Amino acid sequence: MREIGIEHLDDMARGAGILGTGGGGDPYVGKLLAREAIRRHGPVMLHDIAEVPADATVVPVSGMGAPTVLLEKLPAGTEELAALRALEAVIGRRATHIVPIEVGGVNSMIPIAAAAQAGLPLVDGDAMGRAFPEAQMVLPTLIGVSNTPMAIADDKGNTLVLDAVSNHWAERIARAACVQMGCQVSCADTVLRGDQLADGLVPATLTLAEDLGRAVRQARAAHADPVAAATSALGGVTLFTGKVVDVERRTTGGFARGKALLAGDGSFELSFQNEHLLARRDGAIVATTPDLICVLDTDTGEPVTTEAMRYGLRVTVIGAPCDPRWVTPAGLQLAGPRYFGYDCDYQPLPIP
Amino acid sequence: MRIGIDVGGTNTDAALIGDGGDVLATVKSPTTEDVTSGVAAALAGLGATQVSAVMIGTTHFVNALVEAARLEPVAAVRLGLPATAALPPMVDWPQRLREVVEGAVYLCHGGHEYDGTPISDLDPDELRQVAADIRRRGLRSVAISSVFSPVSDSSERRAADILSAELGPEAHISLSSEIGRVGMLARENATIVNAALRPLAARTVAAFAHALEVAGIDAPLFLSQNDGTLMDVSRALRYPVATFASGPTNSMRGAAYLSGLTDCAVVDIGGTTTDVGILVGGFPREASGEAMVGEVRTNFRIPDVLSIGIGGGSVVADDGSVGPRSVGYLLPEEALVFGGGTLTATDLAVAAGHAAIGDPALVAGVDPAEPLKVIAGRVADAVDRMRTSPEPLPVVLVGGGSILISDLPGFDDVRRPDHFAVANAVGAAIAQVGGEVDKVYSGPRETVLREAKNEAVARAERAGARTGSVRIAEVEEVPLAYLPGDATRIRVKAVGDLDLEKINA
Repeated sequence: MREIGIEHLDDMARGAGILGTGGGGDPYVGKLLAREAIRRHGPVMLHDIAEVPADATVVPVSGMGAPTVLLEKLPAGTEELAALRALEAVIGRRATHIVPIEVGGVNSMIPIAAAAQAGLPLVDGDAMGRAFPEAQMVLPTLIGVSNTPMAIADDKGNTLVLDAVSNHWAERIARAACVQMGCQVSCADTVLRGDQLADGLVPATLTLAEDLGRAVRQARAAHADPVAAATSALGGVTLFTGKVVDVERRTTGGFARGKALLAGDGSFELSFQNEHLLARRDGAIVATTPDLICVLDTDTGEPVTTEAMRYGLRVTVIGAPCDPRWVTPAGLQLAGPRYFGYDCDYQPLPIP
Repeated sequence: MRIGIDVGGTNTDAALIGDGGDVLATVKSPTTEDVTSGVAAALAGLGATQVSAVMIGTTHFVNALVEAARLEPVAAVRLGLPATAALPPMVDWPQRLREVVEGAVYLCHGGHEYDGTPISDLDPDELRQVAADIRRRGLRSVAISSVFSPVSDSSERRAADILSAELGPEAHISLSSEIGRVGMLARENATIVNAALRPLAARTVAAFAHALEVAGIDAPLFLSQNDGTLMDVSRALRYPVATFASGPTNSMRGAAYLSGLTDCAVVDIGGTTTDVGILVGGFPREASGEAMVGEVRTNFRIPDVLSIGIGGGSVVADDGSVGPRSVGYLLPEEALVFGGGTLTATDLAVAAGHAAIGDPALVAGVDPAEPLKVIAGRVADAVDRMRTSPEPLPVVLVGGGSILISDLPGFDDVRRPDHFAVANAVGAAIAQVGGEVDKVYSGPRETVLREAKNEAVARAERAGARTGSVRIAEVEEVPLAYLPGDATRIRVKAVGDLDLEKINA
């Protein structure tokens, strides 16, 4: 158990950006939200999974919508608690803990703001261990936990509680509602009992995000290699270092799909749909989702989002292993390359 | 003939350009505290009064922000309640600047969703109460920002009408939709900075106009903007923030003009730093993402420039390393060639016979070969970092310190054009007029692109571009991620030649 204060947020947000694998939204606004919530309500207690009682009611709180909208239409600050209270009303009990659904990107920070506002402890872990674009792509889906009832609240005070026949349907209906509500909402869903956390969460990922962000910052301060520091903190492998020489994008169904071509010692191609999902070196696949494909600025170690990929950037691509439960047949069916429309199988990273 | 002037922190440079495009005269003179006399001296140095226009680029406004001086406290009014209340205006400002600039912040109703539907109705009574509070506090500069004003500016305009009716002509009102792009905090910050600069803008523009008068010049005055285009005086008074990055932009545009190249790397070597930028189609490549200006996060579009600590005044250490320490403006006293006691990069250039400055005999004992090689290596590395393809890339050297470089390893085509030392003033003189659109659109791609382009061209023409000369300089499409449907953010920039008849009409 430890405290998260304002002083921890910079490192944690930087690390969360790296774990976002190119997507998940820039944590900047999220970091400000967490900072202001802690300033108003005090620091947040972070509990290890092992510290959570078996009968605890653990509620993931997250933001859903378009990161570009979040940058423009800043939240009212009431959305997280409105969603949480609406969910509590239908499940008939109060939440005892808050947890992130997604550690990658801005959704690492929203739960910190929610926990500060609710005066509840936060659990150190998340349901993805990275960023994924759709609500059903969480470990609880693999253990049969429903993501409904799902409560959604917008900035205007509208709330919606949703019941669905499957986690896929919940994603589909929630996404449509989110658009109608102005493309930026808070969600409370996928209620977990304390004794489900070991199976339903990737453990200690907020601490990982902080360690990762700190490693990059300290390496930079010591004029050491920040990318090497990040790779080591992730237990990952450097896949390529080079320069972005071409970026091709198209939008379909709300996904920023595209490819980025890198030149260096050979050629390297990244395929992305909000997140980086597939990497090929000289034509051969070297990394696929659900492993983490992280693109970092070679000089600074800062994460480069898929939206920010552009000609001339000097980047290093690192691959880091995902949680092993993602590479089971059920995990791959949910978030493997074929789900995203790529005609290839999952391939483990070339980790020596 | 036109005159271009660059008012920098140290020097005021000026260039006289003939109707045929030739550089007829150039002058460098020290920048003065009052601005007027430095500009007047530069104008006198050119010796021409029958000119059709004077274009000035200045770092005066950005310096005010960096120094947190000469700024006016601002009333920041944001429209968007109940949204945005979690992060009120100026939430991400550094404390030091916030203390100087924050007059009062107000969160009000109004604003739009991404598709233009209202978040809440604008409340005129609420705004009248805000006006009363602004008056009570004695604030004169107002910044208005509204959610998704790049999509619909109607809330900002209505609020401005109400506030100006209440506050009277004494109050200056800056609108975020006129200043920035999508991204509330960054756009709002830029708008607040703009509001804080308006009294200084009035004084500075008056000083420029007075300098023209002193020099006997009766010609329209323009200021150059970040993107290398011009604005007239009435616009400069309202949008001083648009001049923030005009320094590097002008030197790059000047380099393009003097060398005749439109696609090249530009290396501008001054007294303390070397700035490397890339020209694409005659305009500087812009930095992606958000720009920190004086520690404030903004979304100005500024040139993508890589600065390294090498300049004509850089100090050469005993081990042969050069910079980042520099004697700066003390070069004429400190350098060996001027009888000083510090070995500087300029001494190396003189010792190598690249330039005849001061007394070459004073550096007779200096062996410049190794340290000059180090300088060339570091500059070449900086250019290489900025290039976007392995294709051969011409390099244009400008700025007074460019005498340090004779060739760059890895680059075959390295040029130093005539008048290289005043490329920034030349860049100001040749500036064009632009118009820009940055909005979130939804609909069929061809239709929305056409709509955006037409709007950009119309804006350029309204800004004074000659009808028919306007072309589309840049198109950028960014799909909005995680959104079903085909909402896309489109940014289009159009530029054209300045139509003086239109301006004078």
